[in-house]
Amino acid sequence: MNLERLHLDRSLLYALLALAGVSLLAVYSASSKDLGMTINHVVRLVIGFGVMLLVAQMRPDHIERWSPYVFAAALVLLVFVLAVGTVGKGAQRWLHLGFVRFQPSELMKLGLPMMLAWYFARGDLPPNLLRLGVAFIICAVPAALIAKQPDLGTAALVFAAGAFTLFLAGMRWSIIVTVGLAIAAAMPVAWNFMHDYQRHRILTMISPEADPLGTGYHTIQSMIAVGSGGFYGKGWLNSSQAHLEYLPEAGTDFIFAVFAEEFGLIGSLVLLGLFVFIGMRAMIIAFLAQDGYSRLLAGGIALIFFFSFFVNIGMVTGILPIVGVPLPVMSYGGSSILTVMASFGILMSIHTHRRIVEQ
Amino acid sequence: MLNIPLKDHFRQTRIFTARLSVAAGVLMFLALMLALRLSYLQLLSHGHYAMLSQANRIRPVPILPMRGLILDRNGVVLASSYPVYTLEIVPEQVDDMSALLLELNKLVTITEGDLKQFRKQLRDRPRFESLMLRTQLTELEAARIALKRPYLQGVELQARLQRFYPLGGLGVHALGYVGRINESEMERIDKSAYRGMRHIGKLGIEAAYEDQLLGQVGFEKIETNAHGRALRNIERVAPVAGKNLHLNIDANLQALAEEALGKRRGGIIAIEPATGAVLAFVSTPTYDPNRFVNGIDTDSYRKLLDDPDKPLINRALNGQYAPGSTIKAFLGLAALEVPSAGFDATHTISCPGFYSLPGDKHVFRDWKKNGHGTVSLKEAITQSCDVYFYRLAVALGDAAMRDFLAPFGFGAKSGVDMSGESEGILPSRAWKEARGQHWYPGETVMTGIGQGLIIVTPLQLAAAIGAIANDGVRFKPRLVGAIEDAKTKEREEIAPEPYAPIELQDKTHLTTLIEALTSVVHNPNGGTAYGIGYNAPYKIAGKTGTAQVKGIAQGASYQENMTPERFRDHALFIAFAPVDHPQIAVAVIVENGGHGGSAAAPIARKMMDHVILGKIASQPVATPKPDNDE
Repeated sequence: MNLERLHLDRSLLYALLALAGVSLLAVYSASSKDLGMTINHVVRLVIGFGVMLLVAQMRPDHIERWSPYVFAAALVLLVFVLAVGTVGKGAQRWLHLGFVRFQPSELMKLGLPMMLAWYFARGDLPPNLLRLGVAFIICAVPAALIAKQPDLGTAALVFAAGAFTLFLAGMRWSIIVTVGLAIAAAMPVAWNFMHDYQRHRILTMISPEADPLGTGYHTIQSMIAVGSGGFYGKGWLNSSQAHLEYLPEAGTDFIFAVFAEEFGLIGSLVLLGLFVFIGMRAMIIAFLAQDGYSRLLAGGIALIFFFSFFVNIGMVTGILPIVGVPLPVMSYGGSSILTVMASFGILMSIHTHRRIVEQ
Repeated sequence: MLNIPLKDHFRQTRIFTARLSVAAGVLMFLALMLALRLSYLQLLSHGHYAMLSQANRIRPVPILPMRGLILDRNGVVLASSYPVYTLEIVPEQVDDMSALLLELNKLVTITEGDLKQFRKQLRDRPRFESLMLRTQLTELEAARIALKRPYLQGVELQARLQRFYPLGGLGVHALGYVGRINESEMERIDKSAYRGMRHIGKLGIEAAYEDQLLGQVGFEKIETNAHGRALRNIERVAPVAGKNLHLNIDANLQALAEEALGKRRGGIIAIEPATGAVLAFVSTPTYDPNRFVNGIDTDSYRKLLDDPDKPLINRALNGQYAPGSTIKAFLGLAALEVPSAGFDATHTISCPGFYSLPGDKHVFRDWKKNGHGTVSLKEAITQSCDVYFYRLAVALGDAAMRDFLAPFGFGAKSGVDMSGESEGILPSRAWKEARGQHWYPGETVMTGIGQGLIIVTPLQLAAAIGAIANDGVRFKPRLVGAIEDAKTKEREEIAPEPYAPIELQDKTHLTTLIEALTSVVHNPNGGTAYGIGYNAPYKIAGKTGTAQVKGIAQGASYQENMTPERFRDHALFIAFAPVDHPQIAVAVIVENGGHGGSAAAPIARKMMDHVILGKIASQPVATPKPDNDE
């Protein structure tokens, strides 16, 4: 089969298929051999790969033209969620679409970089202060909407997706440093506006033992899962932490803990390597991209993918607070899988629609 | 792609490549950190975590706090918690549920209702949660289960605290009740604060003061064997009991009022005018809150819902009543305060027994067919002359009436410390037209005698007459007087919250009005509440009211004994006493009770006697706790 003709990138495709395979093993085990849940996951993966294949066929300049609409749609959905969304786990994140529940904040992780890349491609780079200001507002509005749900973790991640694009667009270092300092200074102020459970999470990251019944309990149990896996792991389906229900959200946010417990350090490092490989491949595609829009977007997608798995594994291993960010492709969750696969479709489209430039 | 000069294109490419390289470097570094962290956890600390994971022996188990008591102003317990044994099942651990249920049925009595409730939970709740099969096991039943428990996989015997309302339905509309936490509450509450808890305040004070009553969950870390059986305690953090609430309500007064209403439907509020403290909060019929604590069965609930007397409605808080002639107690003051209307204390009108707007054939009748003759304000209030107030209303106009009545709290929540309060309606032309409807001149006339669109709640009436008693200062009605720490017994008194004083042109106007209201009760010549005043050892100021439920056709007349009970007039009475230093203000509404003076006023008199003379006319009778012995 000629993958080039299908506009697919060989190494990216194989790596993603491998990841999907691993995720099936992990979801089956984490759900305590729940066949229904596993089949659900398979269906989502199949749809995800289908979406990737479809998106890869679109020409980058078409995708570019559609970018503002994708962003606008994600924005409208976010407003909608606040108005009529379903409350789950203390926050309003979901939109019922009749047969499925959809989490628009996930879509924004892709919509925002698309919008910014589109905006920056229409003007000089590096951007002047005025255009940076506009870009900042484009980042801040969806982030604020998501933070209001309240889902601070995803809000930070979406904002980061925007910030990465700004960074790649060539925002001056002096501004980056100033903003960084301003954010550091604003932390104590932000504390005042946080929900109790958010403060709780930050406090428990500093000292998980402080709340052994609550969020700290999750961190402790997750670290026990990872640590007790040891070098070789306990073997597939043998995660006692997940099966005895010590692990919260074993199938979604904490799926890495289940995997690490069962497959040990060897398995964790291989999985980590797989993630790094996919991330690096995405970066190479960005390096090779030919026009302003494509490379900004490809770079943004690569960075946000990298950042997502870093945050998730960081939280599972107890070096970051528990913020409820899924592990791309691995976690059981439709909105996340679809968005991630669509973004890989974009990468493939960018890579396979290049024109051969004579040097 | 846009046309970009070549130089810029290269510069951009250079910047982008540099930036992406920096980012790639940082992220590779972060990935390396993850690899190191994983190695640390899985190699260096593996021994430590492997030990912790070994059957994860140490398990934090929540210890439930005692929910705060609710007491009346004299320390009578209105709500408490007592320990009960419950029989619970964790479905996940059960292989054959029907066999297990059969087995359990041999040890304890399990009714059809218990099974129904249990099956419902079995459908709705996660399989790993422990579900209640029976509560209030007797000592003997608990012992039998305890003995057999090693052979009963998945069965748990729990000691839980159960809410209990010893006085049954007394003051249920004020107290509210606790019930099982439902799905939507589950998503709203902070789960760590409710760990291990099954109940939450659903209504009334139990809901409004949930945060104070709840307390804090403690926990103990228990070492378990591989089967999850407890071996020993490792650490214990004690729970903090919820705060006790001392109500302003006097349970004796409450009982007296409920008894006085008897089988009739009605709402009564008694407050202390100088503080807004609620002394009695009555809505009848009442119902037994104890039935709701562990989930009322559908049939009983349906019966309560379908009861034509609507016991579940909180009439004191949400009752929608026309104030009838009680509104004259306030509009009478407007006659003195608003000079533009052309009324004053000496102004008289002649009452022929009916009134018509100029150029209109429609006749507004007076309750007294042949009229009251020539009356001044004092006589108009004493005898409750309708024609006087028809004329006054027309002279004032709808807007001025609304502006005058609003500071008394009509048309707005009284601010009582309970949620779900109704606002009533204080209408005017502007109010009605804003809702796209036409205001007829006749509606202004009807507002003068508290009929038409105007709607009040018993709480509003009591707070408003309280303001008259208290020199024009109205308070937010307060059910809870003090919050007490269960351990240290430290009391935090809740300060009364006054509204801005009602502005008066002349303070003597209030005195004049109160004289007229006193005459309502004590004037033998036509005082509409003289029936309770002639033998009163102290002075009472009050106003009767009789609110029409059903419209009476032009030319027809209302005859009480000819009218079906549901369409009879509501009887109202508002009053305060003693006149010179008021201790109690009260609003009584008896639905379909007939005349305010004969049906509502005697109840108010009994309550005033209780507060002022200290006569204990009735003692609430505590129902004993459900028996714990067979």
